[in-house]
Amino acid sequence: MKPGYGEVLLAEGDPTTREDEERLVAEFRRQLDEGMWAAVPTIAADSGRREAQMVRDFTEIPLDAERVIFFPRAAGG
Amino acid sequence: MLLALLALALVASVLALPSLVGLWSGWQKRRAAQRTRWPRRDRLELHDPGRERRAEQRARELLRSCVNSEEWAMYRDLGFIRVAGRLRPSDPATGEPAYAYLIYPHKPIVAYVPKTRRLLSEYCVEFPDLTRAISHSRLPDSDDMLAKWMALTGDEERLIHHANMHLPGRQIDPGRVRRDLWRLAEWERQRRGSDSIEARPT
Repeated sequence: MKPGYGEVLLAEGDPTTREDEERLVAEFRRQLDEGMWAAVPTIAADSGRREAQMVRDFTEIPLDAERVIFFPRAAGG
Repeated sequence: MLLALLALALVASVLALPSLVGLWSGWQKRRAAQRTRWPRRDRLELHDPGRERRAEQRARELLRSCVNSEEWAMYRDLGFIRVAGRLRPSDPATGEPAYAYLIYPHKPIVAYVPKTRRLLSEYCVEFPDLTRAISHSRLPDSDDMLAKWMALTGDEERLIHHANMHLPGRQIDPGRVRRDLWRLAEWERQRRGSDSIEARPT
């Protein structure tokens, strides 16, 4: 999410291939270095409800995740 | 007489010159500062009337794809989303949360007790653009909703830690929140019958 623009596609690829994974990891780190938060939309196994999982490291992203959403980190308003 | 007037005008001009120079340089400094704050690219971007509308349309689709269908319908119909708090255990008998949040676009998050409708606090939080020191852009409304929703459902404690907590009424009129809770109760009753938590008499 980018202020003034909304959703912007940063990178896409298949994390099971080495080349794509390196690119995705680099983009993930770049976003976090810029101060963004990362979240993966998920579905709770017990309730079936949709929720989000905040991730701080590429290895925390679930293997079946379709997307990671980056958004500016929260600050007191 | 004419000569005296001309001399007077000349003296007045000379006396006023420093003030005029000061005004001129001040105006130039303000213009330079404005240019620094708003680079040319940004000033031009502000003139695109459709950009924010398109961004909001994309944001609505993204929000819809992430939240539960009930939450999406709530936002579409009422303009806010209710998220259950998870830092306190729910009522084991009814399953109702001990507290919940109402999230509004670009407004504080309001915490309340569903059972009594008592307002607990306002959490003022925003998601500023960190890539530019001073930005005049903000997230589209639906992206702001999604950011709050993801942060609350993903790591409630961290979001609350980053927010500024205030008593109810600091930014959002408590009367409005109570009306929204009533609207929510009516909305739920229409959708699911009259067994919703907020619809119960207090």
